[in-house]
Amino acid sequence: MRLGGFWGLMAAALVAGLAFATLTNNEYYFTAAYAILQALVMAIAWNILGGFTGYVNFGSAGFFALGAYATVALHKFLPSIGFAPPLVVYVLAGAVVCGLIGLATGYLTLRLRGVYFAIATLALAIVFQTFMNNWGYVGAAKGTSILTPDPPQFLWGYVSFSSYVKYLFVVMLLLALTAIVISRYIANSKFGRGLAAIRDDEVAAECMGVPTLRLKLISAAVMGALMGVAGAPYPFFATFVDPQSAFSLVIAVNSIAMPMIGGTAYWYGPVVGALLLGTAQEAISVTISSELNVFLVGVVLVACVILAPRGLVGFVNDMRAKAKGRG
Amino acid sequence: MAEHILSVKALTKRFGGFVALDSVDLQLGEGERLGLIGPNGSGKTTMINCISGALFSDQGTITFKGADITRLPAHRRTHRGIVRSFQIPRPFRTMTILQNLMVPMEYAAAQGGGDLETEARDILDIVGFRGRASENSGRLTQVDMRKLELARALAAKPQLLISDEAMAGLSSSEVDEILDILFKLNGRGVAVIMIEHIMRAVFRFSQRVVVLDAGRRIAEGTPAQIVKDPLVERAYLGV
Repeated sequence: MRLGGFWGLMAAALVAGLAFATLTNNEYYFTAAYAILQALVMAIAWNILGGFTGYVNFGSAGFFALGAYATVALHKFLPSIGFAPPLVVYVLAGAVVCGLIGLATGYLTLRLRGVYFAIATLALAIVFQTFMNNWGYVGAAKGTSILTPDPPQFLWGYVSFSSYVKYLFVVMLLLALTAIVISRYIANSKFGRGLAAIRDDEVAAECMGVPTLRLKLISAAVMGALMGVAGAPYPFFATFVDPQSAFSLVIAVNSIAMPMIGGTAYWYGPVVGALLLGTAQEAISVTISSELNVFLVGVVLVACVILAPRGLVGFVNDMRAKAKGRG
Repeated sequence: MAEHILSVKALTKRFGGFVALDSVDLQLGEGERLGLIGPNGSGKTTMINCISGALFSDQGTITFKGADITRLPAHRRTHRGIVRSFQIPRPFRTMTILQNLMVPMEYAAAQGGGDLETEARDILDIVGFRGRASENSGRLTQVDMRKLELARALAAKPQLLISDEAMAGLSSSEVDEILDILFKLNGRGVAVIMIEHIMRAVFRFSQRVVVLDAGRRIAEGTPAQIVKDPLVERAYLGV
């Protein structure tokens, strides 16, 4: 993809999102779009460790939930010392907390490979969940409610939002675009080529001078930070957070399924996967049933693994290469 | 003999109760071509795993260009100029041939600027891959994978190349192709340790041969001396 094309596309997505926010006030659209964009950020985050580096992480929901709980804890603590920060502070806090936890879990688990690493991450998510189940300050197992704040105003009232969920949608849109830029930057950098070498053959990578442990740790920290970013606004979106929903396995499964369906080796794979699967899920939740969308993920994932093991992007690229070979 | 580039002293490595290397010494001069032979299980691969950093030794020291590298992780040893190829080729399979070379060029070679891609193409010329830079490395034939192993090792700008059975299973003419590449490398001043079972290749290539058996060094000498050594005969034939 050409550079101009990429930034043009990003600008177009931003303009379209803002136009969408200006033209309609139907809150359902923003709720649905927020959910899709949140899944998009999660998919991109997962792909940095799972797709670029080759370490399959089943604990995504853990990082997401910790991002959300960082917000819950701060939202309770900061006002008690007379400070009511804007949303961006919570998002940054989520990024820092989950980035550090990503680094720490990476240090503990990245010696394991393949399926053992996957099991370890799943176990870590359960450890985090158990901790939250017992931490009374953030509501423990019974959860905690957060009142939706008033929609904020910017630039002396020139920019205002008719509802808070609309504001959240715009914030998540900006976060998603940022995540895409980060992911693309990594994929095309020296760092990204080092990660790809680790994914292909870690022993050979180390022997070719790639500092594998350091790169894996950075990769885990970036993954954690982006997942924390996706989770941080969640309490304001859902207005109720409990461990059951925040640590939901559906979040973890979606963050794996979306990049797999899109194509894990490409920075735009998770974007394609998240937009297609996320939109389909929202549509099916509304028109048929919310249980069916989980079923859909399973079916599409199995179909993709069999028919397009390198994801839709890989499938299309292969087809193109074949057509070129013939022509 | 010129100054030692590599000096291994009393290297010992155990796997549980099994002693894979038992106090082995090894010296290598600058630009020297050394053959390391021995029956299966004699400790050759353990030896180069210890030298390249894939394994840490239990006892003994490894000195490279005057610096103690015994506890250095593998990638730092590569930065200093010790590069190995693998017995079973381990290409970065999702990458093209050129991209395979770019990894060590970006991460290992301490070069002062310069155009990486031009350098990579020079290396491809040496191993006979001219015009094949964009081929997918996962689909190469065996002999081409061996060549890619060597090309990638070369891209890391080694001062010491350890070639681990680069010729096993190849046809006679293919063995000659690989030998040519190794001679070319050596001609550029790279010291080479060759581990090989194909004696024709080892004896043609090596200036000096070291023989390991059951984790111990049993012989050392020129190829002509080694062929006549009774201990070597016994290690290989068991008579």
